[in-house]
Amino acid sequence: MSRQTQTLLGFDRLRKEYFGVPAVTDLVLDVPVGQVVGVIGENGAGKSTLMNMIGGVVPPTSGQMFWKGQAYAPRSPGDATMLGIAFIHQELNLFTNLTIAENIFVDGFPTRFGLIDRAEMRGKTQALLEQLSLDASPDTMVDHLAPGERQLVEIAKALHRDAELIIFDEPTTSLTPRETARLFETIERLKADHKTILYISHILSDVERLSDRIVVLRDGELVAEGPTDEFDIPRMITAMIGRELSGLFPKRSAKPRGETLLSVQGLSQPGVLDNVSFDIRAGEIFGLFGLMGSGRSEMARILFGLDPYAAGTVTLNGATLAGSVRDRIRAGMAFVTEDRRAEGLMMDASIMDNLSLVSIERFGRTPVALLDEKAIAAKTEALKSDIQIKAGSIAVQPVRSLSGGNQQKVVIGKWLINEPALFILDEPTRGVDVGAKYEIYALADRLAAAGNGILFISSELEEIAGVCDRVMVMNRGEVMGTFDAPPFVDTEILALAFGEQAKTREVSA
Amino acid sequence: MRLFLSDYFVLYLSLAYFFALVPFLPTLSNPANLANVLSNMWPLLVVAIGQTFVLTIAGIDLSQGSVVGFTSVVAAMLLATTASPDVLSNAPIWGIILTEEGGPLGHTSFGIPLAILIMILVGAAIGAFNGFAIAQFQMPPFMVTLVTMIVISAFAIFLTQSENIRNLPEQYILLGKGDIVSIYLGAQDESRIPRREIYSLITYPMVIAISVAIVAHLLLNRTVFGKQVFAVGTNRKAAEISGVPVRRIIVLVFTISAVCATIGAILYSTRLEAGRPTLGEGNFLLDVIGATVIGGTSLFGGKGKIIWTVFGVFFFVLLSNTLNLMNLSSFHIDMVKGSVIVAAALLDVWRTRLMREMNA
Repeated sequence: MSRQTQTLLGFDRLRKEYFGVPAVTDLVLDVPVGQVVGVIGENGAGKSTLMNMIGGVVPPTSGQMFWKGQAYAPRSPGDATMLGIAFIHQELNLFTNLTIAENIFVDGFPTRFGLIDRAEMRGKTQALLEQLSLDASPDTMVDHLAPGERQLVEIAKALHRDAELIIFDEPTTSLTPRETARLFETIERLKADHKTILYISHILSDVERLSDRIVVLRDGELVAEGPTDEFDIPRMITAMIGRELSGLFPKRSAKPRGETLLSVQGLSQPGVLDNVSFDIRAGEIFGLFGLMGSGRSEMARILFGLDPYAAGTVTLNGATLAGSVRDRIRAGMAFVTEDRRAEGLMMDASIMDNLSLVSIERFGRTPVALLDEKAIAAKTEALKSDIQIKAGSIAVQPVRSLSGGNQQKVVIGKWLINEPALFILDEPTRGVDVGAKYEIYALADRLAAAGNGILFISSELEEIAGVCDRVMVMNRGEVMGTFDAPPFVDTEILALAFGEQAKTREVSA
Repeated sequence: MRLFLSDYFVLYLSLAYFFALVPFLPTLSNPANLANVLSNMWPLLVVAIGQTFVLTIAGIDLSQGSVVGFTSVVAAMLLATTASPDVLSNAPIWGIILTEEGGPLGHTSFGIPLAILIMILVGAAIGAFNGFAIAQFQMPPFMVTLVTMIVISAFAIFLTQSENIRNLPEQYILLGKGDIVSIYLGAQDESRIPRREIYSLITYPMVIAISVAIVAHLLLNRTVFGKQVFAVGTNRKAAEISGVPVRRIIVLVFTISAVCATIGAILYSTRLEAGRPTLGEGNFLLDVIGATVIGGTSLFGGKGKIIWTVFGVFFFVLLSNTLNLMNLSSFHIDMVKGSVIVAAALLDVWRTRLMREMNA
């Protein structure tokens, strides 16, 4: 068969079940040599399970894998690495306390007379870094590198091990647009060197741009596969979710009202924020766009009382806020943080415990009085059906077992019992699949329609343009300008974000 | 699998262990021995309950043993009815607090409750200091409580020059040794019942320890405070952002730990009929943390139950008792205890992983 020469990795009726429930169902697929294959699907579609089988992390329940025509049954991740399979993960696996060269050679240092041969290590690393146009010394601590540069180090590590198949799993989540562009150039170059790439991402436009072929998984099954030319984004979405989505963004159901809800005047903190002022009206979704390091998340933390500030005032509903997080929550603020695992959720605690955490003090007359457990159950159950968290028993099921979208609904939901007035949503759709994104936008719209204010922070231009009433752009801690009404033009927003002075003057600075 | 994850796993394990050993160690099931196992259990349980709170917020309290020793001395120097100058005249408290007529509260009617109140305040102050240093200055609990342990136990030894303070009032001693209900299992027609055939059924330490356990259970599982303790232990950052008063919780948890140690000190020192500065030294801390971890409370925080600690302490006391009955030397006993604690820690890791896999 010609299959042996052209196919690098093949799957024949590959199946994986967990507790009798199939995660990957009888997958038949060939990955051709030297191509970029985009793998898309909602969370829970079976992408991670498939990758875990390729990487030797879990064994298949039945079916076979082939590597260059030979049966391939890795027993450990080491087997996969030996054959030439490399993973570039969302969370990078680098030792930040070691240098670039040490990271690349960490599984086998070159030695001379029993000692590590630093000269050879440095030389080889230098060559790899040049190949990837990463302008850094091999002796640089990984700690000092930006996320995009760290990823290049991971790629260098893969090249050093002569990887033939490189699997990218959501590689752009923590990259700036510039770093992303550079990653794409690198991937093009890898392809030119006849490396085979599997590219997994939720960002469909990236997949469309990079891939030669596209593979769509849904509920563990292969639902569509073919050359990228045959796909456009609507077709990808239809294949992924199994139905047509009326649009990527819901229509706004109400207009912002007149009165000012939040007023920020002259907020400054040396090195972080410089004289930031803006207002958010009741019923308004106020977008904040900025690149990494623009100060957008730092400002959110300051607004919420988590970090100090040197000057300025924050007024909510006419009352000037000072002091701690608890005071701000009492005044009506809610904060959905960027990193829901580290700062938003108690992953191993139940959905109910998570949903009731913020408002728990309402359910006991004093801190040591017995809780009104019936009321907690009733409130959280009502919340679950209200914001449509897809889960079994909320009293038992831990948040860890939910999909990304449902986890994010829990993070938003835990504020709702307290009925706050202002929501700070920092990257609320990060790592969430298309269907759940839509639901989160719809929830934001509903909260705004009820008269709340929403500060919507995002680094995804399309969603900022799609859901917000106004958009403010920050760069290096300064407000570059505010767009007062749609349509919002990508290029204009980006130009401001990169620090170029606005030429268009519908912008009010 | 389900059994392994059950709340009662350690209880089943203890019972299995008990019935497996009874054929080889017949004395094990003697009423006298069982009463002994229980009487060893209560003071350790009270102290371990305090440790359970601390482990639940992912902390550790190494100072509990020194609090036991120090507060036992505080109560004894206030309550002693007489004191011997031959033993204590070198102590810095001699002549100031303690004299040949005993302590200042030794002959007063309200002395015992007042002395207990004072010792609990002293214990609470030590715990609050630990908690404050940890919460306010972000110092690691290991370091803070280690230093507290060294300083407090040194201070206790200094106060009495390492001597025990004896001659405690009868009423006070009752708290550690007194029976409320006793049973006699011997022949009914005996004219005089020999003392050694009367077995304690319900004792003061039992009532005290079980009351502490019930209050602690309600506090940890069914109050705002308890929910916030779990939140701090599960994800401190998320708790802070969700408006949990993280620092206050930490201070209170370490205070509870030290107060539990103080109640433990009442039970231990009254059993010994003396205030002893070195009461909580040696392997005491190993017993406390070991029993708590065996019960299933995680050293990583966020996972702890009072009922687990009850069973963990029971298993641990049973283990010590059987090893004693086997006539092993104390070195061997500690070696076995150490291995069991390692096994429990390993079990903790496995259980956590198993639970995650079942939910994944």
